[in-house]
Amino acid sequence: MTQYAIDVHDLRKSFGSRRVVDGLTLQVAAGEICGFLGANGSGKTTTIRMLCGLLLPDGGEGTCLGLDIARDAPAIRRQIGYMTQQFSYYEDLTVNENLDLVAGVYEMPMPHAAVRDIIAQLGLGEYADHLAGHLSGGWKQRLALAACVLHRPQLLLLDEPTAGVDAKARREFWDLIHDMAGEGLTVLVSTHYMDEAERCKRIVYLANGRIVVQGDALALARTSGLITYEATGAGIDEAARRIRSVPGVEAAAVFGRALHVAGTDRAMLEAAIRSFAGLAWHEVEPRLEDVFIHQLSASAAR
Amino acid sequence: MIGLSLKRLRSLLRKEWIQVRRDPMTLRLIIALPIMQLFLFGFAVNTNPKHLPTGLLSAEHSKYERTLVAALQNTGYYDIKLMPSEAAAEKALAAGDVLFVINIPPNFDRSVDRGEAPAVLVDADATDPSAIGNATAALAAVSEALNRDLPPVRQPHYTNPPYQFQVHARYNPEQLTVLNIVPGLICIVLSMSTMFLTTLSITRERERGTMENLMAMPVRPIEIMLAKIVPYIVIGYIQVVLILAVSAVVFQLPIRGSVPVLLFALGLFIASNLALGLTFSTVATNQLQAQQLAQFTLLPSFMLSGFFFPFRGMPVWAQWIGEIFPTTHAMRVVRGMLLKGNGVPEIMPELWPMALFTVAVIGLAIWFYRETLD
Repeated sequence: MTQYAIDVHDLRKSFGSRRVVDGLTLQVAAGEICGFLGANGSGKTTTIRMLCGLLLPDGGEGTCLGLDIARDAPAIRRQIGYMTQQFSYYEDLTVNENLDLVAGVYEMPMPHAAVRDIIAQLGLGEYADHLAGHLSGGWKQRLALAACVLHRPQLLLLDEPTAGVDAKARREFWDLIHDMAGEGLTVLVSTHYMDEAERCKRIVYLANGRIVVQGDALALARTSGLITYEATGAGIDEAARRIRSVPGVEAAAVFGRALHVAGTDRAMLEAAIRSFAGLAWHEVEPRLEDVFIHQLSASAAR
Repeated sequence: MIGLSLKRLRSLLRKEWIQVRRDPMTLRLIIALPIMQLFLFGFAVNTNPKHLPTGLLSAEHSKYERTLVAALQNTGYYDIKLMPSEAAAEKALAAGDVLFVINIPPNFDRSVDRGEAPAVLVDADATDPSAIGNATAALAAVSEALNRDLPPVRQPHYTNPPYQFQVHARYNPEQLTVLNIVPGLICIVLSMSTMFLTTLSITRERERGTMENLMAMPVRPIEIMLAKIVPYIVIGYIQVVLILAVSAVVFQLPIRGSVPVLLFALGLFIASNLALGLTFSTVATNQLQAQQLAQFTLLPSFMLSGFFFPFRGMPVWAQWIGEIFPTTHAMRVVRGMLLKGNGVPEIMPELWPMALFTVAVIGLAIWFYRETLD
């Protein structure tokens, strides 16, 4: 039937007078890992909630797993796994009890076997009888992941699953996601971390409820046509503020201790940085962030 | 109900039950508070107060005066102390230090002996009429107190009083207030302690963020509602048994009706309160709001239930409002079954309004329950 796990057109959602999602069109192919990027308040969570039927869109239409997101929400819920941004399982229940609840609610034919398998698969055995509230952040995320894949969904919607989790736990978490995607699961995952975005096959960047840029993670940076220069040293914050208005500089931003400026016209860009000769410049490969910021600046200018 | 799955319901019930057990503090309060309230109010609330402080003003001490004072003391309603002056008595009455001032006129003995029927003035503090009602009524009995002491020549006039009151108090011949208060108190205490169990249940899930997850799973509203109510019916029954035991042992309350029928009726009452709490929990956006809604309902449901004031004494519109509340019906059931030994036919008119209330309120909760976060 449909080859898209997610296929939505022109989704809109407002809260009061605030447009949170403003004409979002998105296709995610089955078996794909799609990274959902954007600043806080850019509409990621609202979009995910509309996809799983927790919010009704004000406008637009679409399907999840071939089911209409407005009319078939109950059916969609049976076939997807949704991991909320905040831990939303019961802290006064143990890992086992939480998973038993989920298995029962999804009316799984062999609930105990399913719980046992998922605990083994995600390495939760050691903590099976611990209260969820006593687990560390990383293990809580793992419990949440276990709970939302327990019923073998076809589509996983993960809302910032690694927020507040240490680097090692994040890496392991992503290994699990890749394993599951390898088995044919479609994953839509929102994140703040660019290194995580680079582990997605496809990325979608949101700002103000619209998709600013989307595409293959590797190709995006390479085919952007951006020339990027980096400068380090004192005074980069001040320089960043001033260099933005210089012709030829289409994007400028400070990442950590480095100032990145980017443009599509090499001659004009190089002329621009020569007027900031106090800084040591060298050309670098454009990163995803450069591409996003360039696109944001470009769409703001239009 | 369409789509109700016993499997899902069982899983949700197990989860709720574990959560109840894991909260030992709440569990202890659930058990301890109703018992404490029963003790507190059972002993404190008394509409037939005795040993009321009474001031005595007497121009001169005399034989008849002593007899009269002794007779008043013997009714048990009056604790008499002598007042130094009329002004002091006036002040004590105003301050509430005494509830009565008994003023025995000068030359009391001589007037009595002469058959002048002197007036003994009784000033009563009528601020709370029910507090002095019985004491005032007891004065009638005291009028014969002097008969024995009168000189023989006066005796015939007093031997045949024109009429006398005869009060026949049914169900509670000794006029023990406790027999009236405690059955009502059972309902009040149960109503308070059960409604709050569910009032916070759904708002708590919302505030902890677990609601979003529950909603994203394939559960039906009716399943969530039932899972929230059923474990607390068990808790409610524990309270009922404890309260009845304390009432019977400590307050010597008779249980004249059938205990299983009483338990069934109280189960219905508990369910109606839990359902109402759940509705508040569904309507409110946070726990504070839910609590305010519950408190807002508790007071009128108590005031109009016939607990504080005789039900038939209220205006008709207030009676209609009172009829809506399950507390009103439960109170009639409990009073009737404990004191009068009522059975199923007598309490039937009280059972169906409670059942109707429960169903209507759960319906309302489902109506207000949103399956989306909008």
